[in-house]
Amino acid sequence: MKYLDEYRDARLARALLADLAKRVTRPWVLMEICGGQTHTLMRYGIDELVPSQIELVHGPGCPVCVTALETIDKAIHIASLADVTLVSYGDMLRVPGSHSDLFRVKAAGGDVRIAYSPMEALKVARANPGRRVVFLGIGFETTAPPNAMAVWQAAREGLGNFSMLASHFLVPPAIRLLLESPTNRVQGFIAPGHVCTVMGYRQYDELCREYHVPIVVGGFEPVDLLEAISMLVAQLEEGRAEAENQYVRSVGYEGNRPAQELMERVFEVSDRKWRGIGVIPRSGLRLREEFAAYDAEKVFGVEDTTADEPAECLSAQVLQGLMKPVDCPAFAVRCTPETPLGAPMVSAEGACAAYYQYRRSA
Amino acid sequence: MCLAVPGKILETKEENGSRLGRVQFGGITRLVQLDFVPEAGVGDYVIVHVGFALSKVNAEEAQRTYEMLEEMGMLEQDSEVRIQDSGPPSSDSPES
Repeated sequence: MKYLDEYRDARLARALLADLAKRVTRPWVLMEICGGQTHTLMRYGIDELVPSQIELVHGPGCPVCVTALETIDKAIHIASLADVTLVSYGDMLRVPGSHSDLFRVKAAGGDVRIAYSPMEALKVARANPGRRVVFLGIGFETTAPPNAMAVWQAAREGLGNFSMLASHFLVPPAIRLLLESPTNRVQGFIAPGHVCTVMGYRQYDELCREYHVPIVVGGFEPVDLLEAISMLVAQLEEGRAEAENQYVRSVGYEGNRPAQELMERVFEVSDRKWRGIGVIPRSGLRLREEFAAYDAEKVFGVEDTTADEPAECLSAQVLQGLMKPVDCPAFAVRCTPETPLGAPMVSAEGACAAYYQYRRSA
Repeated sequence: MCLAVPGKILETKEENGSRLGRVQFGGITRLVQLDFVPEAGVGDYVIVHVGFALSKVNAEEAQRTYEMLEEMGMLEQDSEVRIQDSGPPSSDSPES
């Protein structure tokens, strides 16, 4: 496929690796934020091919992993109601809540459906006027504009039986949290290419200046990631700390204005609890008051649900790059994709699932 | 979740006040919302996420990157380092 295959070219990857080997003179710790990038690194063995001075640690950019336990519990509660059809992205179904998961609700007769796009939930709502249709709208900045469009379109049509359980996360406040931590080891970041496709990288420019840390927006194919690593190492070796863009074929400095405008019209910035990490100020998006009629938290009165995180899952440390999945005592023993203790073992973007799937051992 | 793949717009149409495109990804085609890429038309490549095009692929930039990498590739043909796909196919399809 065009714009895909050439970025998987082994010859180009070899050239970038050789270039990297010449460039690096000291140890550097780099973090890729996005779980999709983690999976590419593991799948192609890039973590083992780069010069040994380069350590790659994995970031919190897995929306399924950071969705708060409370959100899962709210979804389970709503999906269990007899007149509700809950529509979700597939990854969310196996994520353990406090006492159950959405798969079990479905197995017990609940109407839980998987959708590829939020617009499919609107179709379900139009076709079933007698049922209350709830879309579990999670994600980072990449997914916020499509989810915003579903709410916007529902409001435009006056689709009274549709609502969204919205839980959106923003990347820059999470990077800030990592950089402010006294235990931080990360010296350079690969910023998530599709988040930046929507948002641009102005915000990352600010982070680079404030914390004197280089950030390179990276794509998702092996050649993209090797080039992004090479750009980061070049900056670190030269003592520079700038926001640079490797993923130029999709990302511009200002991002996608029409997508940002719709997102801003439907959502507002709010504090958000990240699973395993806790509340990060102004790190999420919630529906504006104007769209309260489409806000499932309000429609179903579940705003005050609370939950306690299980102690055995060490995902908080994995998601902040403080621990590798294989260092967790439960990894591949009591925690597997079939019987996950936490979301990073479930999600297609979870670091634990990546290590499990591609057989990395300690 | 933030997975997105490039596809080529084959045709466009209006539906429910939105502009939609029939977009080809390798062997399959899908209807995609084009609300966020008013500049994209038939023949353009777009990056698609959960049924929405989020950007029009910048063909010139893609070409420049590719040429630069190609040039490096030509210079480094004797490298010993190997890269290979070590696992099952990941979720590249827009289904994921």
